[in-house]
Amino acid sequence: MTNPAVQTVEAERRERWRARIEESILPPLVALLIAAVVGDILIIIFGQSPGEVFRQLLEGTWGNAYGFGQVIYKATTLTFTGLAVAIGIRAGLFNIGAESQLASGGFLAALVGLWLPAGTPAVIAILLCMVAAGAGGGVVGAIPGALKARFGASEVIVTIMLNFVVLALLNYIVAAHIHVAETLHTPEMHVGSVPRLTAVSALFAGSAANATFLLAIAAAVAVWWYLFRTRPGYELRAVGLQPDAAEYGGVHVGAVWARTMILSGALAGLGGLNYVLGYKHYYEEGFGTGSGFLGIAVALVGRNHPVGVIIAALLFATLSQGGLAVNALVPKQMVDVLTAVVIIAVATSVPEVRRALANARRARGTGNREPETTVNPGPSSQFPVPGSQP
Amino acid sequence: MIAFLIQTLRIAVPYLFAAAGGIVSERAGVIALTLEGFMLTGAFCAALGSYYSGSPWVGIITGVIGGMVAALLHALATIRYRADQVVVGIAMNLLAVGVTRFFLRLAFDSSSNSPRIPGFGVSDVQSGVFSSLANPLVWLGIITMAAVAWLLYRTPFGLRVRAAGEKPEAALSVGVPVKRVRWLAVVVSGACASMAGAYLALDQHQFTDGMTAGRGFIALAAVIFGKWDPKRVTIACVLFAAAETMQIRLQSLQLVPSQFVEMIPYVLTIVALAGVVGRAAQPAALGKAVD
Amino acid sequence: MSGSTAVRMTGVVKRFGPVVANANADLDVASGEIHALVGENGAGKSTLMRVLAGMYPPDAGSVEVATGSSPLRDVTGWSTREAIDAGVGMVHQHFMLVPTLTVAENLILGRELKRGLSLDLAGAEREVRALSERTGLRVDPSRLVSDLSVGEAQRVEILKTLYRGTKVLILDEPTAVLSPPEVLELWKVLRRLRDDGGTAILITHKLDEVIEISETITVMRAGRTVGRMRTADATARSIARMMVGREVALAGEWEPGTGNGEPVAAGSAQRAASVPGSPFPVPALVVSNLTVPSPRRPNEVDNVSFTIARGEILGIAGVEGNGQTELIEAITGLRAPTSGTVSIVDLAGAQHDITARTVRHRADSGLSHIPEDRHRRGLVLEYSVADNLILGQQHRFTGGASTLDHARIAANAASRITTFDIRPPDESLPSRALSGGNQQKIVIAREMGRDFTVLIAAQPTRGVDVGAIEFIHDQLRRARAEGKAILLVSADLVEILALADRVSVMYGGRMVVTLPGSDASAEVLGPYMTGASGTAT
Repeated sequence: MTNPAVQTVEAERRERWRARIEESILPPLVALLIAAVVGDILIIIFGQSPGEVFRQLLEGTWGNAYGFGQVIYKATTLTFTGLAVAIGIRAGLFNIGAESQLASGGFLAALVGLWLPAGTPAVIAILLCMVAAGAGGGVVGAIPGALKARFGASEVIVTIMLNFVVLALLNYIVAAHIHVAETLHTPEMHVGSVPRLTAVSALFAGSAANATFLLAIAAAVAVWWYLFRTRPGYELRAVGLQPDAAEYGGVHVGAVWARTMILSGALAGLGGLNYVLGYKHYYEEGFGTGSGFLGIAVALVGRNHPVGVIIAALLFATLSQGGLAVNALVPKQMVDVLTAVVIIAVATSVPEVRRALANARRARGTGNREPETTVNPGPSSQFPVPGSQP
Repeated sequence: MIAFLIQTLRIAVPYLFAAAGGIVSERAGVIALTLEGFMLTGAFCAALGSYYSGSPWVGIITGVIGGMVAALLHALATIRYRADQVVVGIAMNLLAVGVTRFFLRLAFDSSSNSPRIPGFGVSDVQSGVFSSLANPLVWLGIITMAAVAWLLYRTPFGLRVRAAGEKPEAALSVGVPVKRVRWLAVVVSGACASMAGAYLALDQHQFTDGMTAGRGFIALAAVIFGKWDPKRVTIACVLFAAAETMQIRLQSLQLVPSQFVEMIPYVLTIVALAGVVGRAAQPAALGKAVD
Repeated sequence: MSGSTAVRMTGVVKRFGPVVANANADLDVASGEIHALVGENGAGKSTLMRVLAGMYPPDAGSVEVATGSSPLRDVTGWSTREAIDAGVGMVHQHFMLVPTLTVAENLILGRELKRGLSLDLAGAEREVRALSERTGLRVDPSRLVSDLSVGEAQRVEILKTLYRGTKVLILDEPTAVLSPPEVLELWKVLRRLRDDGGTAILITHKLDEVIEISETITVMRAGRTVGRMRTADATARSIARMMVGREVALAGEWEPGTGNGEPVAAGSAQRAASVPGSPFPVPALVVSNLTVPSPRRPNEVDNVSFTIARGEILGIAGVEGNGQTELIEAITGLRAPTSGTVSIVDLAGAQHDITARTVRHRADSGLSHIPEDRHRRGLVLEYSVADNLILGQQHRFTGGASTLDHARIAANAASRITTFDIRPPDESLPSRALSGGNQQKIVIAREMGRDFTVLIAAQPTRGVDVGAIEFIHDQLRRARAEGKAILLVSADLVEILALADRVSVMYGGRMVVTLPGSDASAEVLGPYMTGASGTAT
């Protein structure tokens, strides 16, 4: 005995859910399709069979325990950097500095680990290292945040420049002061190591995967909660979507920018724990291996949503590990190429897919139904704004 | 002293090339994050061309073609498909790294460098300090910046570029094809930046993985620090190069750690962004897509 | 009339989505005359001229143009390029000049003078000087556009069209940004143009100018042409009557001079009998000597003072661009004034200075704000209706640990949607999916559905369909009856006259007059709104 008006409301609600899912998932799928095609071409150039290569890739990653463990390991760092970039984009900010924030976090964690006395209980040590990692990344993130809030300086350029500065600084400190001879890494820590997952289950057979992975999941949940369930998250998203309306709504836009960059940096910094606490137990120059930049791809493909970020992180980690697995057949550099292709494809397909879906919806007649009326159109000097009409 | 100047010049050449292209691109409204990628592509393609043809001159041509192809891809994604310029810029740099490594394996079966290629560089030991001046690319580098200045301020194309980057609606209202202007600007930046790469490869007589080592970003820093004006940008390029030369020469003295000298261009740019440069000087429509 | 027809537009219809900007509009302009196209904001004048200038094709109707040697021919749906080539050029209200280029460079952009491969800048400067001589539009070709005054920039815009051989010059509200002496200069230029054989079409709503400069007038109202007359036969009053009268079920007309300035809008309730002849006793908002800067000038709002009492609606009439926006921003905390104070008076009579306080503090002190641009300020379009219904109040819907109380947010949304009849009644809909009227209802439900003392309502019915307009007016009257103080800023004079207890006019950043509503009418206020009543700047 449902009211027909309510029925239409229900139908419309389902329609909208469908539309929203379409708009989120289609672009990455289209992008992956394009990447697959490009990959096929590259494989053929190298004289191999695409089917064979992809089969080996899957076998070398999800098909065996070690490979799977490595995927988990790499996905952990990527989740952190992906979350860092994603939360920035939600506030309308582009954090290109995840690479140096990651390094700073790892470095500070290693320092704390070295500084703590040998008998420190594991829980305390790990906690302190976590704080250090977050602080390391957060401080580096604070600089572009403050400059943007105070001077309107482009965070894109500042984070790119700061990457070089911070990495050079870290290089100096390690090379000049704290390194183990003949290497570019700090001495090994004896406290605060995070258990490898191998210890827990044979499923991960000697891979680098460690409990930091759980921290990554927790971080994703925390970010989701922050963004969608708290007031600061509401304000952050408003700043990213419509800063003028946020200002009208009493939000201090500059403060949100500054705060977000610190959070973003801290998230990237936490990513350093994966290597420093969970794997090698020291800081080594270049341990990030580009995960900071890959975080951009992860955020993009994951559509800036924590769940998407985890899935995308697993995807790119699979690609990375898979590249190693098929190195005999095709140079692992193919993975680098494919990664870049995916990024470009997603970036181009988002506006294109949105337009195509809008056109299809209009053709089907399920767009907003508004009766034609004579309306007061406002000041005579307005150009019609594309997209503002239903 | 002369030796210092000559060495500074040698180091400045790739910056001059790339920054010249960066000015054209950014003045037209397209962010020049890809100078690094174009440079690397140019270096590799130059090495390929020089190796297989035996002539470094052919190398220059192939290098420029390679850079222009990469630029076309960037323009396609950002102008035609209106993808975000920063995202695509970062991706193009990653793509350049991946593609050059991939084809390095394919063509030369190595993951680190190509074999020795014919080039223009001459070792200082051999023919003394003035040998650098015999490298035609050095002269070309100096000329390129002057050419860009002429292009920008004295030609119809340059006028349209400046309009497109400052107020594209005004240009559109008088019938200027803003998208086409931006396409051309991006291709020009690709050609210039790839010349920087060609210079590097032909000077060192080989292509090494990642040989650009951030020079494209230093060139971008010079563009910003020089407020998008050819004269100022030239000074910035020379300034950064001089600092590098100083650091190399003082290396033995260990006065200042090399890493701090490395930082100079980047720190200067950050400071400039916070102070003098800010938003007022940059092309107003930089980074914004046009319908 | 003067000679043959230069422009004839017949039955033009132009829609933008559900908005019908032109509904059967006609225009007949003779060659060699200065023609005024007159109407209120939203009458469709700009749209009609943009169709003529080739910016968009009409949905129906025809456009015929005769320029130079060719006779009247059908050019319906032509492009800007074709229009410019045929000699029809438009000078827009918002200038299309590149600020970092010189006058000469802006002039030749897109039609560059060359010498070999390079730009002939010397030649361009010569062109500018020659044109300046001929037309009287004096401007230095080597100066940067960003250094020019508004009047000089407009001269460059006109020169631009003349450089391309314009014979039919369309000007959109050209005097909106000019000072009185600059306006006189412009008239000289237009007369010279006409003497030179050109034709000018002037879009304006300023009646004093129409009388002064034009020879023929076409009046538009609600998208259609309602009158055409020779200026010699017209008076400001007769023009205003044509501009403002409405057709559908509207009775009554302005009775000049009887002091009965009360129009009867369709479906609206009569104004409450207790119209105040004297100010209400209890003040709620006090604005004192407020001066507010803008990027254009340091006193966009120039030493403004007024008080609004509880249970009163103060209406500010005036053409947009006279400081109303900046005044509202200063009161609501979105822009800092250089001097003066804003205060809220509480029930006990104590005055609280909020001049330097944050937006949130003002909101918490009982200040509500319906912004004039709901898309930019009033709503986050991607947010759901429920989320937009708490914008500005989100701290009130927060529970422990900064978490949002979704139950309360949903309950709030349900109640507002019902009370304010927001359609479709689904609080999870993204706000961009609703019609303009319903989007505005979200803003109104939010700002008026909560506790407030003072309401700032800016252009509350802009872009809203007729049914929703009545609803919104009703809400405003109800709030007044409940003792709220309301500042109503609107470019729609009819709205102000229908609702306000007192009416003010803002011109040039100052409040130039304040009258009891009963004494106000279009005739009385008109001169103040156009600056023709002796308030020199």
